[in-house]
Amino acid sequence: MTEAPRTGVYVCDCGFNILGTVDVPEVVRYAGTLEGVSIAREYKFMCSDPGQQLIKKDVHELGLNRLVVASCSPWLHERTFRKTAADAGLNPFLFHMVNIREGVSWVTADKAAATEKAKALVRGGVRRVALQEALEVRREPVNPDVLVLGGGIAGIHAALTMANAGKRVILVEREPSIGGNMARFDKTFPTLDCSSCILTPKMTEVKDHPNITLYTYSEVVAVDGFVGNFEVTIERKPRYVREDLCTGCLKCVEECVYRDARFPNAFDLGLAKRKPVYVPFPQAVPLRPVIDPRDCLYLKFGKCKLTCVDACERDAIDFTMKAEQVKVQVGAIVVATGFKTFDARRKPQYGYGVLPNVYTSLEAERLLSPTGPMEGVPRLKDGALPKAVGIIHCVGSRDANTNAYCSKVCCMYSLKLAHLVHERTGAEVYNFYIDMRTPGKGYEEFYKKLLEEGAHLIRGRVAEVTNAALSKGERGKLVIRVEDTLAGFVRRIPVDMVILSVGMEPQADAQAVRRTLNLSCGSEGFFTELHPKLAPVSTATDGVFIAGACQGPKDIPDSVAQAGAAAAEALALVDRGMVEVQPYAALVDETLCSGCKICLGVCPYDAIGFDAEKKVARITEVKCKGCGVCVVACPSAAIDQRHFRTQVIMEEVAGVLA
Amino acid sequence: MTREYLYYPGCSLKGSGNPYDRSLRAVFGTLDLRLEEIADWNCCGATAYLSVDADTAVALAARNLALAERQDGRDVVAPCSGCYLSLTKAKVSLEADPALRERVTAALKTGSLDYRGTARIRHPLEVLMTDIGAPEIRKRVVRPLKGLRLAPYYGCAILRPYEEVDDAHTPTVLEDLMRTAGATPVDFPYKSRCCGGMLTSGVPGIGLRLVEILLDAAADSKADALVTTCPLCQYNLEVFQDRLRKDRPERLPVLYFTQVLGLALGLSEPALGLDQLLWRPALAVEVRR
Repeated sequence: MTEAPRTGVYVCDCGFNILGTVDVPEVVRYAGTLEGVSIAREYKFMCSDPGQQLIKKDVHELGLNRLVVASCSPWLHERTFRKTAADAGLNPFLFHMVNIREGVSWVTADKAAATEKAKALVRGGVRRVALQEALEVRREPVNPDVLVLGGGIAGIHAALTMANAGKRVILVEREPSIGGNMARFDKTFPTLDCSSCILTPKMTEVKDHPNITLYTYSEVVAVDGFVGNFEVTIERKPRYVREDLCTGCLKCVEECVYRDARFPNAFDLGLAKRKPVYVPFPQAVPLRPVIDPRDCLYLKFGKCKLTCVDACERDAIDFTMKAEQVKVQVGAIVVATGFKTFDARRKPQYGYGVLPNVYTSLEAERLLSPTGPMEGVPRLKDGALPKAVGIIHCVGSRDANTNAYCSKVCCMYSLKLAHLVHERTGAEVYNFYIDMRTPGKGYEEFYKKLLEEGAHLIRGRVAEVTNAALSKGERGKLVIRVEDTLAGFVRRIPVDMVILSVGMEPQADAQAVRRTLNLSCGSEGFFTELHPKLAPVSTATDGVFIAGACQGPKDIPDSVAQAGAAAAEALALVDRGMVEVQPYAALVDETLCSGCKICLGVCPYDAIGFDAEKKVARITEVKCKGCGVCVVACPSAAIDQRHFRTQVIMEEVAGVLA
Repeated sequence: MTREYLYYPGCSLKGSGNPYDRSLRAVFGTLDLRLEEIADWNCCGATAYLSVDADTAVALAARNLALAERQDGRDVVAPCSGCYLSLTKAKVSLEADPALRERVTAALKTGSLDYRGTARIRHPLEVLMTDIGAPEIRKRVVRPLKGLRLAPYYGCAILRPYEEVDDAHTPTVLEDLMRTAGATPVDFPYKSRCCGGMLTSGVPGIGLRLVEILLDAAADSKADALVTTCPLCQYNLEVFQDRLRKDRPERLPVLYFTQVLGLALGLSEPALGLDQLLWRPALAVEVRR
């Protein structure tokens, strides 16, 4: 630093947000007395156009060379004021933002204490900014390709949107087929249109799209690099059927030595059986069988008549296949990994897994599907049609013992299930709800329609489902015990079948995905958006976007809308062609580095390598995110970080505490 | 190998629950489980006491635990469900509430007792099936109770709220014990429902109806006997049969699980207190055959 600092300090009222608690004129007066401060001003809204003009005018007229704005969080307006500084001809990194709103005025009602703290923070800021150095934002080119993680309806929609915009899209799906949970449903609410009929055309479009590369039965195992320049490692699990040779004739399935299907099909949640070689459902995309090594005689014991191999005219069956890794380069990533349903065994009082004819709602979807285990007509274990069916809402949701949150979709799908069960079996259907939540286009109307159809709606959280009968009429039935809070007494309702409307939860491996992609999540485990209102599909990791139920419980229309939004954000990024990289990278002072390699282990971004010749740590600047972990880990104090140099931070701390 | 426990019988087992006391001691003796009664034990503080005067109720229970700790700190076997729950509840409350613990500790100090919270409270059903285990017990069975159909009835307090003995909603350990004894447990979905508790005398309109539900269900299940783990359940289910089942000639024996196991271990009927039951003869003949 050659020039003596001439600092301008601008304290924002933020309407009454700050002024209501902090004595702003006093902070301004105080700031004016600090060393190096040329001017201190108060303004109603510093972020407004006139506020910024004020700063620019002072820079020109008073020759300011440092700026401090005391206002809100840097998350909101650091970018704004950096631009103001640049417009005024100053290097934007010679500006510092002091947070006296989220950090001061919003967290106390004590005016005197708030004013003191604001003064201390401004003092720290003024002392810090004097030592800050001019830095340049680096610009990096952006790879125009994009990766979509998850092939459910959200992932499919995002992939198609971007592919139709001319981008090369890589779609990775863990299961043998894309389609996700939507492929399991028979009908969708509130229009009752056929789920397959609207989904399968999109699945086929994915398969046929020249811009989409589809990796099914594959998982992303590593993500390297940074916004605009990610390197993604995809692991392809062995299908033991060569996708390129197979035509999908399914003769291998027919001719498998196992005459009967006897292994639980995961797509049908174990309600139906499959052979060791199988396609999960008839409309699977790609229509290529998979051989499960846990079930196949040849893969398990090395002995089999291999009738499947004989049946295949294309020699597509290949038992030598191994898991292989593919590396792809992309500029942006859309994460649409979906959800899992609540495990109904965690509410033992509802008898799931213990009492016969108790199903989860997702199982009921399969029972109602024409391609499912009961060909669309739910029957009891003894083959009879149920005469009465109870649907219990909020299983695992809105419950202090399990998930506190509302899963949002269950009221509507429960009404849909009620309609379908009645339509297929003629059964009386009883829905047990806490509150009926039907906001959405056509949703309330659907609820009304159900009432008109004669569905029984009983308001109350069900206490238990039991086979302990108290009267002749209850013998052999499942009795639902509930306090009917509208009628004001306890009821016992005997039914033949119970459907538990389970809520949505993060995928079992959501935490692993979160770590791979460096995302954050809330206490319930869903991925967190950058801002709940204004950046709903962005994440704290630049270039990674989220869509669908991995972000929180969501129905199909919302998932598709969010997928479109995520695709648009990703397109905006890759079409810009360039990304700005903040110049916060850490640097190693080679004269101090002892080569102990402690920093290599602590770096979460794999950004530090080792120069074997000089025996010193070496930081790859493009990978460094400026987190500062290595700086504090270094026992020789050999690492420093631009814009957050130890000296600068210590000066700020000294200023705050002075 | 001899295993040693402290024994907290509680008031029931010294009175109407005497058959439970006799059969428990007999079975434990046969299986090399030594019981030493806690010297100078007092009331466990059961039923309404805790709602009326929590401090005194907890102090009563804690005194028993402090005595056990002073004696030598072995696990405390509490066969009555009421005692088991009172003692456990006191221990848990004293862990969770430091202020309560301070008051209770001070109260016990006046009796020169020191409560440390180290004694473990066990129900004998769980002791038998965990510490010894079904395979070991099976080796000692000399008279498998073949063909005997038994309805397992756990009642409430050993399952709820602490679930130390078994899962509160779908317990199975009593069925395991029945199978070990060679008997056949019937499917009895009422197994953890209310026996009526104190309501059978306080509010008989409700209490006796609850007993009736269980008796009807047990009869429907074609069980030869109901098997209980608690003296109050046993009492309720046994003594009201004349009043509740005037129109039916048959009476249902209500046994303690220790009596069932004792029969299989070859112990005599008087040793197991079977002669003290109201409805025993039919069952006894059945078993001897």
